[in-house]
Parts: sequence; structure tokens; C-alpha cells
Amino acid sequence: MFDSLSNRLQGVFKSLRGETRLTEATVDAALREIRLALLEADVNFRVVKAFVDRVREKAIDQEVLRSLTPGQQVVRIVRDEMLAMFGTAAGGLTPASRTPRVILMLGLQGSGKTTTTAKLARWLTKQGKHPLVVSTDVRRPAAIEQLSVLARQLSVRVHEPAGEMDPVTRAAGALALAKNSGFDTLIVDTAGRLHIDDELMQELAAIRSAVDPTDLLYVADAMTGQDAVKSAGEFHRQMTVTGVVLTKTDGDARGGAALSVVGVVGVPIAFVGSGERPEDLEPFQAERLVSRVLGMGDVLSLIERAEAAMDDESRAKMAEKKDFNDFSLEDFRDQLRTIKKMGPLEQVLGMIPGMGGLKQLNEQRANMDPKQLDRVEAIINSMTPGERRNHAVLNGSRRKRIARGSGTKVEDVNRVLKQFVEMRKMLKTMGAMTSGRGGRQKLMQMLRGR
Amino acid sequence: MSSFFSRVRAGLAKTAAQIRDRLTDRGDRAAESTPDAGGARTATSLSEIEDALVGADVGLPATERILLAVKTAGGTGALRDRVGDEIRRVFAGAPPPLDNGTRPRVVLIVGVNGTGKTTSVGKLANLFKQQGHSVLICAADTFRAAAVEQLAVWAERADVDVIRAQHGADPASVVHDAAVAAKARQRDILLIDTAGRLHTRANLMAELDKIRRVVSREIPGAPHEVLLVLDATVGQNGLVQAREFMSVGGVNGLILTKLDGTAKGGVAVAIAHELKLPIRFIGVGEAIDDLVPFDADDYVKALFTDQW
Repeated sequence: MFDSLSNRLQGVFKSLRGETRLTEATVDAALREIRLALLEADVNFRVVKAFVDRVREKAIDQEVLRSLTPGQQVVRIVRDEMLAMFGTAAGGLTPASRTPRVILMLGLQGSGKTTTTAKLARWLTKQGKHPLVVSTDVRRPAAIEQLSVLARQLSVRVHEPAGEMDPVTRAAGALALAKNSGFDTLIVDTAGRLHIDDELMQELAAIRSAVDPTDLLYVADAMTGQDAVKSAGEFHRQMTVTGVVLTKTDGDARGGAALSVVGVVGVPIAFVGSGERPEDLEPFQAERLVSRVLGMGDVLSLIERAEAAMDDESRAKMAEKKDFNDFSLEDFRDQLRTIKKMGPLEQVLGMIPGMGGLKQLNEQRANMDPKQLDRVEAIINSMTPGERRNHAVLNGSRRKRIARGSGTKVEDVNRVLKQFVEMRKMLKTMGAMTSGRGGRQKLMQMLRGR
Repeated sequence: MSSFFSRVRAGLAKTAAQIRDRLTDRGDRAAESTPDAGGARTATSLSEIEDALVGADVGLPATERILLAVKTAGGTGALRDRVGDEIRRVFAGAPPPLDNGTRPRVVLIVGVNGTGKTTSVGKLANLFKQQGHSVLICAADTFRAAAVEQLAVWAERADVDVIRAQHGADPASVVHDAAVAAKARQRDILLIDTAGRLHTRANLMAELDKIRRVVSREIPGAPHEVLLVLDATVGQNGLVQAREFMSVGGVNGLILTKLDGTAKGGVAVAIAHELKLPIRFIGVGEAIDDLVPFDADDYVKALFTDQW
């Protein structure tokens, strides 16, 4: 989501890198660019002013100016300042103070409350919790049904009192059900409302009194502009929000809203929604987000996704292959399946350091065909087990047969084989680097750029 | 017509108040400002105007254009009138597409998730019907849970019939059926609701292209209007959305929704400035008749008068 912002900052610091010493003039030039970038990224204009002032103060410090790598120093300052803004609060939910935990979802129309409610229920289930959901949105047509459909897809219990159209009664009923039936969490979805709509804000207050929530999550669209601070601030003033869920971060919005809301309203970001699938919700991590802002990639998320997608069996198989000499086409296929499970390709690529900033790659994303992976898999599936284990036997006539069997062309088969050989070569190199104790950690550290 | 003005005004009151609050400085810099005819204090410096416009999501390029114009025009008139004049000129540079008389006229509604597409389709159907057109709605959002049901409720309120398909069906096939039905039933306007899609998702944008191709096969020249629904709260990403939906989806107009909040929708000025896309309709409330045709004069007037 922050691709463009990191691009801009990268541009600034690329020019700084050329300088042997930072002068006040170059710092000012960089700050101007940072200001433009942040404004273009929808960071609240007051936040931008304060932020730029703080960075200037630190950047003009003599130590920084005299250091050998002033460009990197400024990057560091920007990074530290952004991190400082997000504070130390970790994402996710704090341990529940009582059972059942009651989470109230609130926000403007169209920010993604209902979708987030379902995603959050799924996330809690994965944490071993037993959630119940209820919709109190009696205003938007079919909103109640939308939550019911999503909950059913995820096998999450939903409280559906037929014909009951009073939001407070619906919420109170769900709380009674949760208490009586042993649900440890209740998520209450509410209708989208404007923070200046007194009548609806009163309704929200009534729901709050009825269920006495432990968590009040304000759902905010990452694409929101300067208004983010106003609406979030007003919701916070009236309802005492405990956390923010930032949605639709899979677009290219630069998400200055996140910085602004945290910087001005002071409510921490709890979760980040990053796609349309139910599993596309992650606890917020300031480190990751800031690293991404500065173009350092989001390697931690990537590794976590890979580990979540890779089943135990294939992980054990990979662990066995210490030197990667026996890395076969079968393993190659397992890897492809893992990649497919990690989610849409463009999302995964965006997390790799440096990749997010490549304009070229952004253009390629448009041409990237997810079916490509299916085709590769079909080609490997059309080989005999012997061929898969030893690709050296694949001569011309075998390749022709495989192409026919998989409905592709010989060129496609050749391309897959070439990719496989290259990957094997790469793995061998990496294997050599990571051999011995702690090798894996070393590799991780390298990927994190430390 | 008076109800029209009052509704636009009421809807925009907050928006206007926001900009006016910034332009009329009642704060700590009161000493620097000078009282104008109405007794309010007007902003004296260009940097205050810059803050007001940037704070309204107008964005830097369009803001700079307006500032430059105000500077060079110089001299007479209140600062805010000169700002208003220039905003009006920005909108004048983005004329709406002409109606070439083709029937059924196909209006395709597109946008990212959660901007209010389905609601706008319902309200538009009502508006067109009020204007004396016969309307058919096509529910082509087969992705979001209960989207079709939501639209069906709106259609019933507007008393317009809907062509719908199973959840998960190919949207292009529903659109095809709707185009055939619109011709057979001799409707004036076919309104197509589509699923929300982020402009960065290549496969979903390709789906939009397919919808366009399918409908143009049935009805020559269709879709005649492709309206991008923008949430007034959207920031500078609105400009990116407009650019992408324009190049892939052939968008030729905007619907600006949720103007009844405190958001200013100022990015529409940036879009008119940079992409020459006109605003066609604005949403100013939750009732079925709270979607009204956009009028640049009223918009600016509503922004800059003290009438309410």
C-alpha cells in the first residue's frame, strides 16, 4: 500500500547517497520531498508539519552532518520518527479482561465493518477462540444477510433473531446467548454511520450500554484522505475507541490515514485488512509498516505467510534437503503449491524487499497470470515419477509427450525445466551459505537486511 | 427547485463549513485578519488557503493551480471568491458526455469496495424514473455476499425491475442477459451495478473489460456512460483510482457519495483538473432521493456562501 511513498523517499535518498556530506541545503531538499510525499500520501497536513519539523531538528544535528553516511542517517531518523509515532503498542487484541469478551465494530459507511467482523471471527477461531457474531445493521438493506452468509462460509455461529429489527435488542440477545452457550467472544457488527449523525451515534451509545464491550474497534478505510482524523477523532470522543482496523490496504493507497489517526487521535492500530479473502486480516505491526514505507520490504510477513501456507509434510521434506542436491521436480511442484496458497502473486511480490519499489515490476504485475502456476503444475504432473526425480532423462521425445499430456507446447516445458534448474542452482548457493548451525537464522537475518 | 438547492446545501453544509472555517480565520491568527463585508474574518495569506485546500483533499497540483490563478488575478474581490471562481473554471474544463439518443442507454457503475455503488444504483434508478425514463437494473455484483439482495430492496423502493443471477455467476453473463432484456422490454436506460474492485487487481479490471465488451456486442456504443463512484472521504488515492478506471474501464464521469459527512470530496477538483472527468451526480444523504445531478455553480456557491 505504501509503494509510492517509499518510491518517493527512495528517490530522495538516492540523491542524498551521492553526496559525501549532508549540508543544510540538501536536508531541506529532502525534507521538501518528504513533505510532498506525505501530503500526497494523505497524511494529515498538521501531522506533516510537526513530523517534518522533528525530522529537520534531528537531521541538522552536527553528528548526522559529519557522519560518513548521512543519507542513511536521514532514513534512520525518518524511520525512528515514524516508529515513535506508532508507539510501542503491539497490534492484535490485548488479553481479555473478562468472558465473554465483547468486541464492538464501528465506523463510517463502506469502511468494511461487516467483512472485518467475519475476518476477525475467523482470526479468533484460529487462535482457539469460540466467537459468536451478530449484526445490528438494520439500516443497510441485506446487511444482516451479508454477515450471515459470510459466517456460514467460515462455520462461525451467528445470532439471527428472525424479525427482530431493534439493534439494541439484537445485541443484548446475542450477549445472553454468548453467556448461556459458552462462547468466549461476541463480535457486534453495527450499521455504518456518520460521526455527525446524532441520532445514530445515540443508537451506538445504546448498543454500547447494552453489551458493555471490552473492545471498540474503529474500522477505517486506508484510502481515506484528510477527513480520517476528523471522523476517527469524533468517534473516539463519543465512544472511546480502543483500536483501529485499517482496511483495503491491498490497494495502492499510501495509507497516510494510518499515520494521521495514530498521530492525532492517539488510538493504536490493531489489525490490517489486506485482501478480499477471509484470511486477509493480520495484527498490525508498526515495524513492518514503517519498513515498508521506507522501501525495506515486508519480509517478516512474507516468511510468516510462507510458513503458514507450507504444510508440515513439505516443510519436513525441505528441512531434510540439507544441500539441495536432491532437490527434484517434485519438490519444485510442492514449492509452487505453497506459493499459490500464500495468496495472490501481486501481494506476495509486493512484500519482497526492493520489489515493491520497482516500477517495472508494478507494470508486470498487471500481466501476471495466476494460471501460469497451474500450467507449470500440469506440466510436472504429466511427467512420470522417474522423470520428476531425475530431470536429466528428459530428452526431446519425452518433452514432446509431456507437452501433449499437459496441453502445452514444448517451449513451455523447456521453460519450466530452465526455471527449475535455475531455482536448484540458487538453492544450492543458499544452502552453502546457510549450512551449519543457525544457518536458517542467518538467512532470515540476511533477508531482513540486517 | 428550491428543495433541490436546500438539499444540496444541507448536504454540503458541513463540507462548506470546513473550508470556510479555514478560510475565515477565527483562531489564534485573528489579529492578522481583516473583517470583510459579512463581518467574518477572511484568510489573509496564501498559505492559509493552501492549508484549507490541501486539508480538503484537493491535492497539491490542483491547489497550486488555484493559488497561481488567485495570485495572478490579483486585486479586487474577496480572496475566497477568487478561489471559488477558479474552482468553477476547473469544473468547466471537464464537460459531461453528450447523450447521443441511443436507447437503451447503458450506464455502468464501477468503483472500489465500499464507496456506495449499489446504493447509488438504487438512487439513480429512482432519479431516472422521476425524470420520466423507463429503467432496468442489472445486478452484476455476484461476488459480495448479499449484494444482489441489497440491490433488490433498492429496486423495489424505486419500483424498477432487476435482472439477477446466482451468487458467484459470471457477471458478464448477467450483463448479457440484462442487455437482451433491456432491448426486448424497450427500456430507456439500463443501469448496471458491478462488484467493488480495487484498481490494482488486474484480473478484476479484466473482468470489467469483459463486461464492457459483452454489453457493446448487444447494444452498439454501450456502455454510454461509465460512472466511477467515489467516496467523498477518499484522499489522493481517488485520483489514482480515477486514472486507472478511466484507462481500463473507460470511465467518463464521477458520482461523489457521502457528501453529508465532514469530508470534502476535494479530490474531485483534482480529478477534474488533471483528468477532465466531470462529476455527474452527488450523494447528500441516505434517503432514496438524496442523489442529485451535480451543478458546478451550486457546488461552489454552496461551498462559499453564507446563506444557510
